[in-house]
Amino acid sequence: MTRQRSGSRNAMFFRMLMRATMVKPGRVISALVAVVVAATVTTAMMNLYVDVQAKLRKEFRSYGANVVVVARHDQILPTDALARVEGALGNRGLAVPFAYAVARTDKGVPVVVAGTDMERVRKLDAWWSVTAWPSAANSALIGTRAASVVSPDNQRFALAFEGRKLELTAAGALRTGAAEDSRVYLDLKEFTAWTGVQPSSIEIGASGTPDEINGIISQLAQALPAAEVKPVRQIVEGEARVLGKTRAALLAAVAMIILTAALCVLATLTAWVLDRRRDFAIMKALGASERLVNGFFAAEAAALGAAGAVIGFALGIGVAAWIGRVNFHAAVVPRFGVFPAVFAGSVAVALLSAVLPIGLLRRVQPATILRGE
Amino acid sequence: MFVRMLYQSFCRQRRRKLLAGIAITLGVSVATAMIAVATDIGDKINRELRTYGANLVVTPDEDALDVEIGGVNLKPASDSAYLEESDLLKIKGMFWRHNIVGFAPMLNVPATVQAGSATHKIELLGTYFAKPLAFGDQTFTTGVRTTHPWWKVSGAWPNDDSSDILLGERLARQLARGVGDEIQMGGRNFRVVGVLSSDGAEDQKIVAPLALAQQLLGKPGAVKRVLVSAMTKPEDALARRDPKTMSPEMYDRWYCSPYANSIAHDLQQTIPHSRAEQIRQVAQNEGTVLERIKGLMLLVTLAALLASALAVSAAMATAIFERRTEVGLMKALGAGNATVATLFFAEAALLALLGGVAGYGFGNLMALQIGRWVFNSRIAIQPVLFPVVIGLAVFVTFAGSAVSIRKAMKFEPVMVLRGDA
Repeated sequence: MTRQRSGSRNAMFFRMLMRATMVKPGRVISALVAVVVAATVTTAMMNLYVDVQAKLRKEFRSYGANVVVVARHDQILPTDALARVEGALGNRGLAVPFAYAVARTDKGVPVVVAGTDMERVRKLDAWWSVTAWPSAANSALIGTRAASVVSPDNQRFALAFEGRKLELTAAGALRTGAAEDSRVYLDLKEFTAWTGVQPSSIEIGASGTPDEINGIISQLAQALPAAEVKPVRQIVEGEARVLGKTRAALLAAVAMIILTAALCVLATLTAWVLDRRRDFAIMKALGASERLVNGFFAAEAAALGAAGAVIGFALGIGVAAWIGRVNFHAAVVPRFGVFPAVFAGSVAVALLSAVLPIGLLRRVQPATILRGE
Repeated sequence: MFVRMLYQSFCRQRRRKLLAGIAITLGVSVATAMIAVATDIGDKINRELRTYGANLVVTPDEDALDVEIGGVNLKPASDSAYLEESDLLKIKGMFWRHNIVGFAPMLNVPATVQAGSATHKIELLGTYFAKPLAFGDQTFTTGVRTTHPWWKVSGAWPNDDSSDILLGERLARQLARGVGDEIQMGGRNFRVVGVLSSDGAEDQKIVAPLALAQQLLGKPGAVKRVLVSAMTKPEDALARRDPKTMSPEMYDRWYCSPYANSIAHDLQQTIPHSRAEQIRQVAQNEGTVLERIKGLMLLVTLAALLASALAVSAAMATAIFERRTEVGLMKALGAGNATVATLFFAEAALLALLGGVAGYGFGNLMALQIGRWVFNSRIAIQPVLFPVVIGLAVFVTFAGSAVSIRKAMKFEPVMVLRGDA
């Protein structure tokens, strides 16, 4: 008996909720729009805030290597060093070997010749300004400063290392503004065949958070006990600093935006509830208990908040993805972990905006409201 | 009559006006703060990007080829050209002097260190640490502590006028010497005041004041390289063009934009017999990073503007909707739609102005607070922002009111007055 009554009462409660939405859709929609826009902006901003670190890290990788492996004092790297580094690294970064030797030109001028993997250097050191990358055999990349000494007329030239001569053609000019400008770069295989010198350093562009990079460094150190593995502090520290500042600025912005959005919802919903004070008065005049009326308005607001949060979350993911494409040329990964926060926040604000006006209305006699005073 | 009505209407219903006013103030504050931060963030991040160190390098014009591997010079120093130390002061007198954050001269000297019975051939690097310099009536401090912020010293930094030295970390281990010990070079003893850790080539060198390096080399005033840290503008199509092929106007525009290339050009003209170049690893990449961060803040600012516009519109819509009885009464007394609309818009404009001014003030405070909190420096607020923000506030308030005013006018006066609307 009791259960039946409570069941029919629940049914009635839901019918009232549905009717309230159906009868005046315009007003509900304008309130819903406010919640949706706020939830959209909040989702997009939170998503962006969580994802921006990863996005910017990728941009920072264009600075090149952040970890280097070098031989210890007076030692050389083992011949399988690169293979071991790659084994430890997996797909968490790019490793580029460098071997150096001092050769002499026809006129006996010493010049540093380096052997490396051109394909990889091109990816790791994207800032190198190169007129043409070498593709044919025995063609070399010549630093702008070295060019005047080695091959002033941009023609074929010969270099000698410990009596062994090598004929080379100049493929392109290299300009970096640093030590590379005074060197001649060759393909590593040709370089080793010519000089017999093995790589003395491996430069690594490792991706990940500072902790992940520290993990990579210790794994590399384990894989290569004979070598010294160290971070490029200039790159690592600069990155940490700029990222930290950007995140802090973004956090301040996001906090302000979310606060504004929440206040906007609060204002709109409060007005919406106040506007329905006649419904409130009629319900009370018909004998509804305080609890029922409060529950009704609260349920309505909560439903509105929940619906707005779901729609807003979907839209917000879209906005975040759009920002990612426009600004970073890469998709922002949807962070579903943001959803509970958005959902809870939007329901909470909606409930708050229902409770505030009801507190005001409760003090007024239903008759006063119904008479329109 | 209209003014009296406006005045009366504005002064009644204080509480409701106050609510709308607060919404406008809040919206404008957030918008102002965000615009201020977004316009200044480029400059702020540019400064942070200077942690990456020098982005320009000045070398002697006719320098012989460096033979350097892993930061260690393998070539005898005799056949080199040098820059003149006294010319470096001119950097602070050149066109782009305000963009120069700092510079550090470098001079490599091969040296032999006596440690016990063994001798070690090492390289000594002479530089400025934090040297006070005076150009004209201005003084400034520059050196590696500005240009190489990632260098860490345990112990103390040497004084630039002293003959104290820093010992690279690896070298210190190799020589088994530390802070407070003495090092013998060329028959003289030098005191080690600190051990330098840079995780770079300097770890196996001795770093000493420039004057000391010049004495050891026997070339007073000689400088091999100058590393310059400058604030630059990201490179665009104009920056990549060769200044020699430009028309005069284009050259002026190029010269007056702080591109890495134009600052290098200025440096080269300022320091005699020199060649200045951008260090591409630093100079090229900071542009990309800067653009991304600026773009991000711009988009976030748009979101902030949207959110604050929404808050203002919502507040105005509510304020007007609640006054529909008033509209009914006015219309019943014979007021036309135009009069009613003018009254409401005038009121909205007044509210927008007041809220805008207050919001601008609060927004500035917020921007300052963010600047202090995030960047430890002031965020420059452009006065141009004031009319922009006020205009924005009026526009958004009007836009927010327009729909509600239209709606309010559509009501039949009779229905509204009977309370049936």
